[in-house]
Amino acid sequence: MTDLQERPVPVVTDGDPPPPRRTVPDRVRSVAKHTGLILLTLVMLYPVLWMVVSSLRPGNEIFRSPGIVLDSLRVANYSEGWTALSDPFGAYLLNSAIVVLGCIIGNLVSCSMAAYAFARLDFTGKRLFFAVMLGTIMLPIHVIIVPQYIMFSQLGWVNTFLPLIVPKLLATDAFFVFLMVQFIRGLPRELDEAARIDGAGHPRIFLRVILPLMLPALATTTIFTFIWTWNDFFSQLIYLTDPDMYTVPVALRSFVDSTVATSWGSMFAMSVVSLLPIFLAFLIGQRYLIKGIATTGIK
Amino acid sequence: MSALGELRRLRSARGAPPRKRDNRAAFLFLLPWFLGLLLITAGPVAASFVLGFTDYNLIQAPEFNGLDNLRRMVADERLHHALGVTFRYVAVSVPLQLAAALGLAMLLDRGLRGLSFYRSAFYLPSLLGSSVAIAVLWRQIFGAEGLVNRVLDVAGIQGRGWISDPDTALSTLVVLNVWTFGAPMVIFLAGLRQIPAMYYEAAAVDGASRWTRFRRITVPLLSPIIFFNLVLQIIHAFQAFTQAFVVSGGTGGPSDSTLFYTLYLYQRGFNNFDMGYASALAWLLLLIIAAFTALNFWAAKRWVFYDD
Repeated sequence: MTDLQERPVPVVTDGDPPPPRRTVPDRVRSVAKHTGLILLTLVMLYPVLWMVVSSLRPGNEIFRSPGIVLDSLRVANYSEGWTALSDPFGAYLLNSAIVVLGCIIGNLVSCSMAAYAFARLDFTGKRLFFAVMLGTIMLPIHVIIVPQYIMFSQLGWVNTFLPLIVPKLLATDAFFVFLMVQFIRGLPRELDEAARIDGAGHPRIFLRVILPLMLPALATTTIFTFIWTWNDFFSQLIYLTDPDMYTVPVALRSFVDSTVATSWGSMFAMSVVSLLPIFLAFLIGQRYLIKGIATTGIK
Repeated sequence: MSALGELRRLRSARGAPPRKRDNRAAFLFLLPWFLGLLLITAGPVAASFVLGFTDYNLIQAPEFNGLDNLRRMVADERLHHALGVTFRYVAVSVPLQLAAALGLAMLLDRGLRGLSFYRSAFYLPSLLGSSVAIAVLWRQIFGAEGLVNRVLDVAGIQGRGWISDPDTALSTLVVLNVWTFGAPMVIFLAGLRQIPAMYYEAAAVDGASRWTRFRRITVPLLSPIIFFNLVLQIIHAFQAFTQAFVVSGGTGGPSDSTLFYTLYLYQRGFNNFDMGYASALAWLLLLIIAAFTALNFWAAKRWVFYDD
């Protein structure tokens, strides 16, 4: 610990309060820390980077080259991958987009309505229902999938998108109800009271006062629903067995299984295509994503 | 919750009329949620309990068979194996993932330059990790000819077929779960922000070492959030499915080494259409998860510290 005795060296700080006094070992430590963090970032993201590069490589090279420098470009992986399954990959993208859009609308409408009731209305059994709602956040889908499947198959809904979308219209994503309740609780009640004095009923207060103010919570819900539904595999695998109805994850999986002339190049190419929307959603909405999980985590 | 309770008492003390009006409005606003509870969540939970005592193949009507499914479970060696695989996965991957999340959150705390860049870079994998595309990638990189072995070649180390070897296949899925430490890390970061800096300053003045500050300030004040992440990640890990399904091609292989509980449930229910038995399996999963959550809450009394 002798290095602690060294004389402090004044350093211009970047204005973070409180300005820490930086000593030489502090700076060495800081450099070491950043080097470590950058290395870790590289290790973390390397597999994905490598997949993107490999999706542009000839098949035999994928297995030879651990690097991410591209010597020979092969864009044909993408066109081959696009047409490798019974439908062009665009059809699966479209199917996924329909499901995602339906789920987003469903969650926005039904969860915000339920959240308004829990956050602002006083009604019999509120505590009990609120506890039940919180409990369903933890409910594993595997526990309810069998009866659900039986019900939906008797309705003739297997191989339609209805079993994926209708539950969202019924506020079953309780996580978002909770997120919105937390948000509405933070809005000043005076606004509701003012509207009420002006003669507004609950539907009007909800639509005209609360909804416009909870746009950030709605944005968080939209982005999370987008990403989770786009990635969701279990329920799509179960309900969509007709290749024409496949969504992206189910189609990708059938890619892996079809041993007939599938190359890693085209499989990687379509994997990259399937991750692109997630990546874009992340770029556009990371503020909401990070805030969303941070607030539901600590409150 | 306590503020809410107070509000309620205040409002109900004011008289009956506003309450009545609220009841009708609440019913309308909650109608979708009530329907969902009845048809999509609580209803099916009850239905699968009943189905758990039947033999049902989707074609013939369900037939009550008493405790047959229970007896089958006791004798079902593949089920016991799947339980073992799942417990091992939960026991190894959750602590590793949370340790990584907490460690990185501590490193990223307070005024670090480039913090938001690192946070985003570490968070991104947790968004990608549950996708089929990443599972496809994992299949390649841990394959006999995959990226990991090529990198090991460069270092002169002899690799192996990590996914085709029953001894290491599960570990590749643990690595995948640890890779997604970003989501709990963001929650830890938000929690660390709430610890007043003056505690650390006071401790530093008293000459407390880094370890002591971590042990005596960070851990107790962060314990509600550590607890939250622990409960959530355990529940989450018990339900792991996609990655094992894709990596093993739906079999849970090699030699059932990646046969997660949910994967076995899927096979019984949706490959064999053994719906009665699958329902019983689903209820066992629910009980296991509930037991672990209850155990967590019980243990929390001993180590989770609430400031207020």
